[in-house]
Amino acid sequence: MNYEYLELTELRTLLDQKKVSSVELTSYFLARIKKLNPQLNAYLTVCEDHALAQAKAADTRLNQLTNQLTNQLTPPLLGIPYAAKDLFCTKGIRTTASSKILDQYVPTHDATVIEKLNAQGSVLLGKTNLDEFAHGSSTETSAYGPSHNPWDVSRMPGGSSGGSSAAVAAGIAPFALATETGGSIRQPSSLCGISGWKPTYGRVSRHGVISMASSLDSIGTMAYSVSDLALTAEILSGKDWGHDSTTGTAPVEAYAKNLNADLKGVKVGIPAEYFIDGMDPDVKARVMEGIKELEKRGATLVEVHLPNTKYGALVYAIICPSEISSNLARYDGIRFPESSKNANNLLEVYTKTRGEGFGLEAQRRILTGTYVLSHGYYDAYYKKAQRVRGLIINEFAEVFKTVDVLCCPSVPTVAETLGAAAGNPLFGYIADQLNIPSSLAGLPALSIPCGFVVPKDSPSATNYSLPTTHSSPMPVGLQIIGPQWGEQKIFNVGYAYQQTTDWHRKHPVLG
Amino acid sequence: MIDKETIQQLAKLARIEISLEREEQLAKDVSKILDYVDALKSVDTEGLPEVSQVTGLKNALREDLPAVAGEQVSQELVKSAPASENGYVKVKAIFEQ
Repeated sequence: MNYEYLELTELRTLLDQKKVSSVELTSYFLARIKKLNPQLNAYLTVCEDHALAQAKAADTRLNQLTNQLTNQLTPPLLGIPYAAKDLFCTKGIRTTASSKILDQYVPTHDATVIEKLNAQGSVLLGKTNLDEFAHGSSTETSAYGPSHNPWDVSRMPGGSSGGSSAAVAAGIAPFALATETGGSIRQPSSLCGISGWKPTYGRVSRHGVISMASSLDSIGTMAYSVSDLALTAEILSGKDWGHDSTTGTAPVEAYAKNLNADLKGVKVGIPAEYFIDGMDPDVKARVMEGIKELEKRGATLVEVHLPNTKYGALVYAIICPSEISSNLARYDGIRFPESSKNANNLLEVYTKTRGEGFGLEAQRRILTGTYVLSHGYYDAYYKKAQRVRGLIINEFAEVFKTVDVLCCPSVPTVAETLGAAAGNPLFGYIADQLNIPSSLAGLPALSIPCGFVVPKDSPSATNYSLPTTHSSPMPVGLQIIGPQWGEQKIFNVGYAYQQTTDWHRKHPVLG
Repeated sequence: MIDKETIQQLAKLARIEISLEREEQLAKDVSKILDYVDALKSVDTEGLPEVSQVTGLKNALREDLPAVAGEQVSQELVKSAPASENGYVKVKAIFEQ
């Protein structure tokens, strides 16, 4: 029996019917990771012993639940393995943020979402690769080398949550925790052909997740279907009274149970500005076919305009580095294990640790942030960006008075070859331009698979001496954006789409 | 245009030692980013508020109670520092010379 690519509800049934134990399931995935991870570099750390111990405990709990006569419910994710981006603090398990500056960091606490999954009895398989501190859109800025796209290992999986998306797409994790600041869930989900949920800002606790830009950071998931995402959303969402003052108090709905595939009366806005000049026409065609599918299911399509879209990535390019320069100040060679061996005094402890420990992209962002926040430039850059951010937020709010959701491409292209991001400081801002505006507004969104396109570029001669299939068709993602706290709306539209399409059931062939 | 001297000034403020090989690269890159965001100048934002958050939450307060993590956690925290002595994090001398 193969267990990869099964949805969470299918795994639940197998576990409940004793067709497989959590230990067997976990061992299956650990073996598959061993076989496939060398070509993908999706996982940085595989915590085998910890996973097997969690699985054993899950089996004990499951037996107790089945043997008892009370009607205590089985937690939906009990005994189900998962992967977490290496940005989530995991007690006793190395957490690097893919940075040399945290190479040996072992947290003393779990992130709130890890605690929630522990309470479910889920099994952590390991920690996945990302761009260093989530700064990037390709995993190329990771201090531990890039991850590879399972559809074509010469191509990037996207980023920053590229290890998580590659793991799910390769069937070496049934679902994965990921984070998004401006595209880091939607873009890699799109490029790897899986379903990804970027929540409303404040829907899920950020506690214990290594900070990038705190006014934007959102914690979400990647899986094989929208119903799986809705299930994880139900479990992970909610006010974190003790630890995250920015979590919202809006009630957590029974997202999975409430899923409704009837789109009659649902108004889908098509933002003209999201079909940008120069986008791959085949990508556009796939996305338009996806949108037509929604119309067939009863949705009304409405063209809408969001003229400030073009400023989104620019605002982000100021606000994000500003918050980074402040958040990354804590890595000073004193509190976390890495500290320069070449420092002769206290100042050098700071400067040399940060000089040696941060990669080029992190340094680029810290210095850019320092510049735009410095005296004399603060008004022209930071304050200006904050004002335009307000315009973008209001523009979305206006549009959502007339439509229920917005549908558009997740990314203007398919996955590019690895190496494309290197040397281009603007790569991420351009790759994520269709995700960033809604991130600035804190809106929820999905990326779901909607077809394939044969890439126009030929694999360039890169350092990656890996086999390439020159004409591998690569996945395309359909983006669904909702109003603030409108999780149920996006899940319903995505769920409806997946009732009559099977793009989310296509998986790469891996050797 | 950001020159190498500006990069070194920023690096000093950010407490990062920038190697000479990286100095030029960073000067070019930061200049490129600042050129990229330049178009924002043309947006009319007269009288608009500066927005720093999206939740609308104000004064999110909780009871101010000490969290009891236990002796073991504090020991682990101290141990995870690069240097420690007698249960304290050790740093290089501050008042020397």
